[in-house]
Amino acid sequence: MRLPLADLYNKPDERNLLDHTRQGIIGKPLDRPEGPLKVSGSATYAAEWKLPGCVDGVLVLASIAQGKVTKIHDKAALAMPGVLAVLADKAMLRRPAQGTAGKAPAQDVAKVEYFGQPVALVVAETFEQARDAALALKVEYKAAKSPIPFDPESPDAKVEKAPDRKAVKGGDLDKAMKNAAFSVDVEYDTPGHASAAMEPHATIAEWQDDKLILRGSYQMLAYNVKEIADCLSISPKKVRILSPYVGGGFGSKLGITHEAVAAAIAAKELGRPVRVVMTRQQVFQAVMRRSETRQRVRLACDAGGKLIGLGHEALVSNLPKEQFAEPVTQATEFLYGGDNRLLKVDVARISRMTAGSVRAPGEAVGMQVLEAAMDELAEKIGIDPIELRKRNLPGKVPVQGTAYSSRMLVEALEQGAQAFGWDQRNAQPCQSREGDWWIGMGVASAARVNMLIPAEARVTLKADGTALVETDQTDIGTGSYAILGQIAGEMLGLPIARVTVVLGDTSLPAGAGSGGSFGAISTGSAVMRACEAIRAKLADKLGCDAEALDLKDGVASSGDTSSPLEHLLDGGDIAEIGSIKPGKTALDYAQASYGAFFAEVAVHAFTGETRVRRMTGAFGFGRVLNAKTARSQCLGGMVWGIGSALTEELAFDLRDGHLVNHDLAEYHVPVHADVPAIEVILLEERDAAASPLQAKGVGELGICGAAGAIANAIHNACGVRVRSFPITLDKVLPHLPDPFAPDPFATAA
Amino acid sequence: MKPFTLNHAQSANEALASLAGGATAIAGGTNLVDLMKLQIATPDELVSIRRTGLDAITPENDGLRIGALVTNADCAADLRVRKSWPLLAKAILAGASPQLRNRATTGGNLCQRTRCGYFYDTTQACNKREPGSGCAAREGFNRIHAVLGTSDACIATYPGDMAVALLALDAVVHVEGPQGARTISVGEFHRQPGDDPGRDNVLERGELITAVTLPAPTGGRQIYRKVRDRASYAFALISVAIDLSMEGDRIARCALAFGSLGTVPWRDPAVEAVLVGERPSPALFDKAADVLLRDARGFGKNDFKIALARRALAATLHEATKG
Repeated sequence: MRLPLADLYNKPDERNLLDHTRQGIIGKPLDRPEGPLKVSGSATYAAEWKLPGCVDGVLVLASIAQGKVTKIHDKAALAMPGVLAVLADKAMLRRPAQGTAGKAPAQDVAKVEYFGQPVALVVAETFEQARDAALALKVEYKAAKSPIPFDPESPDAKVEKAPDRKAVKGGDLDKAMKNAAFSVDVEYDTPGHASAAMEPHATIAEWQDDKLILRGSYQMLAYNVKEIADCLSISPKKVRILSPYVGGGFGSKLGITHEAVAAAIAAKELGRPVRVVMTRQQVFQAVMRRSETRQRVRLACDAGGKLIGLGHEALVSNLPKEQFAEPVTQATEFLYGGDNRLLKVDVARISRMTAGSVRAPGEAVGMQVLEAAMDELAEKIGIDPIELRKRNLPGKVPVQGTAYSSRMLVEALEQGAQAFGWDQRNAQPCQSREGDWWIGMGVASAARVNMLIPAEARVTLKADGTALVETDQTDIGTGSYAILGQIAGEMLGLPIARVTVVLGDTSLPAGAGSGGSFGAISTGSAVMRACEAIRAKLADKLGCDAEALDLKDGVASSGDTSSPLEHLLDGGDIAEIGSIKPGKTALDYAQASYGAFFAEVAVHAFTGETRVRRMTGAFGFGRVLNAKTARSQCLGGMVWGIGSALTEELAFDLRDGHLVNHDLAEYHVPVHADVPAIEVILLEERDAAASPLQAKGVGELGICGAAGAIANAIHNACGVRVRSFPITLDKVLPHLPDPFAPDPFATAA
Repeated sequence: MKPFTLNHAQSANEALASLAGGATAIAGGTNLVDLMKLQIATPDELVSIRRTGLDAITPENDGLRIGALVTNADCAADLRVRKSWPLLAKAILAGASPQLRNRATTGGNLCQRTRCGYFYDTTQACNKREPGSGCAAREGFNRIHAVLGTSDACIATYPGDMAVALLALDAVVHVEGPQGARTISVGEFHRQPGDDPGRDNVLERGELITAVTLPAPTGGRQIYRKVRDRASYAFALISVAIDLSMEGDRIARCALAFGSLGTVPWRDPAVEAVLVGERPSPALFDKAADVLLRDARGFGKNDFKIALARRALAATLHEATKG
């Protein structure tokens, strides 16, 4: 039998190969091999490389939102101690590249499009000298004659249909709303979010003759090479990026960003390596934001609690001409039934930093609102919110008619409910109080689209019976090193200690990169396919069919024949490149990862402060590749859910468009004390349509709906339904019952 | 960061000599270094006072003398503080993070500057940072700003926790300077902005905080309630410090201070007068809030603080007075 090694993934690979291999390490909660380096401070991050002669650059940001730089008074700055150059090259970026753009044409930084846009770079012998000169640099501007608004709600804001997203229309939603036995028609809003990765954006650029080497912090290297090459008008072949360790990305490092281009230009100009590290404030002001959203959700159901109509319309924002529009309705398209439907996303053109991918673009904010609206509908009907969801899972995707690949939503809801103790919930709000705190419980579904994207990886089975996995795939703290090693070890029958994984170097085959939860399954599939090719060669050497080949602990066997790999290889390595590209399975099946969130919150009866007391998440995302890293991804997602529900918000001053809270003291991500005990339940599943691994994406799943469960729990606790995220105490306070009333619910009635 | 020189004073006198010459004192640097990085503070000369020996906690009369260099962590961990002035320990532990508290000092914390976003952003108008430039916060994003003690020039709050507790505990700040030593009650240490918001406190040029003293403990019930957007590592939206004693079913004595409500740590004797001698009740708490907030004024995003203060006060009084 020929192995299906063609690039395109056109047919579900039903062989479930990883269930027939015998090493037994796939899925196991193995430690990340690079973990000890990271916790001991010996993993080298972008800014930490020591290059001889390296100097430091600091970006200068615009102090107006729209206009033109007319003059940069660089003389005084150049006279300051240690200062080497003040650059405002036309090729520098105004806007970072969007994920998978693969291009970033020179943009002319003299034109200012948003407050905080980088307009120049000051380079000096030391970082402190460069920062001092950058702050001292006088820049003259001419304000734009006809500026666009800062506020997406402004009547002057031009509103367009999302360029990268088709509206979904079916039947007659208005009529369904009229005929509904129960309905909700509600408007929610969510604020802008920052990625807030721990490691700020950083690059060290070094030219070796006409070759550029970037040591930086990026998520998708194969695309980043093309982007920087485009910017600098050089061949991508002349660019090498090294990014072995990345301190978090969350979407903000998908495309090439300002500091990389500026460092490359400065290094060329000075003939020395140049390091540019963005300050925390600069990352907040100049790199990607998640758009704020205003969402109208209409749900119409019949007397039996079955949806007959579903509307989800969103207004998001971006700079003019950006293709990206927060895909708010992405999961709504396939999650629940209701044939009369209208889903659409509009984008207001405003002046704020570029909107792009931030932590599960689309579902993170779309699902939290949809799931809050579902809770409102369940309350109206008077049925359990879990039951409402179970009643509304369609057999095929509404309007489009696509079949589902695998979907463990019911299992997630049921197993999660059991583990959480959902049966202890009183459906009536204001029934549980402990001291000054109202206690409540909420539930929400999780859903996130699954994506397979092109990826390659090389696997070398060495003559000594060890394996080397090589790809430019990044590990942004997610576990790429661990799982790629596990896949290779499982496929080649090697203990994990005999597998080495080298990542983050564009001289290696191009992996998928990290983003959109696609890194593990895409690059993992490439690794698997490379291993399949190696297995075929080993089978030849052993004299058996590939299907009959058994590999375990470095020994190949088939029937009565067996041989240690070292003997079989006889001094020669076997190196194979595996690759995968999305094919027909992407069109034939609606693929998504699913789950359910359960949250218990306490709302302070006097002050309206909300604290999450515990959370449970149950998730089905195909094969679990590593139970530890998968669990960590889910945990992290749920922590972001707490932030999205309660604390995170980009605050803009609508007078001049500047971001007010541009540091981690005032942009509130949850801290340890905000994160309670979180239980994660992983549901084993196989999804052959998703990838040869039968795995789906899990990276972002834990956030997609989590905030909805918390919002619903707040309502259950104190009877207050807040339709504006984050649910800060000032929004709860005016609606709280009298804290001194013995039975506030009775008072209210 | 602007280049600067750094000298280490080996005694308070050495430090005072440097201050007289125009140096800026640095202790833990948890606030000052941030301000220097952003060039909100641009001292040419720093004198470190960390080696001046002002880091002891010693009994004094029936109270306690806390050296200016006692770290927040050490102060909050001191058994005498925890036993007799628990309010102070609670307030300190409600602020910052363990790393910051290990570094931040008693004197430095009193001099902590505001967290107003416009103060911290040199592209924005701020009378506190640059006198005469205006106040961008007034009509801006002023969610964390003051509703009491504001002026046309400034609506920024003193953001800390420790000083709020010290205010309720009637602590005294000890200062040395070119004119000799003097004492300032904590209630008079911070300045309302008026038309000169650049000066956060009444320290004169060349003066150095040497210690804070606490009077004899009251034996009252002490609570520090900090209301904030997240459970830790966030400045207060409002905080309430209380030291209250009951006699029978009546309030015998009550000291109440508020943080992040006014431009300075806020204490209002009229509020305490409403409470003393009375039986606690929701109606009484409301009456106290009426007095506290009689001149309160919001600026848009911080309007909620007025309602929040009322409820935070009620919650604190309820807790302090219930059996």
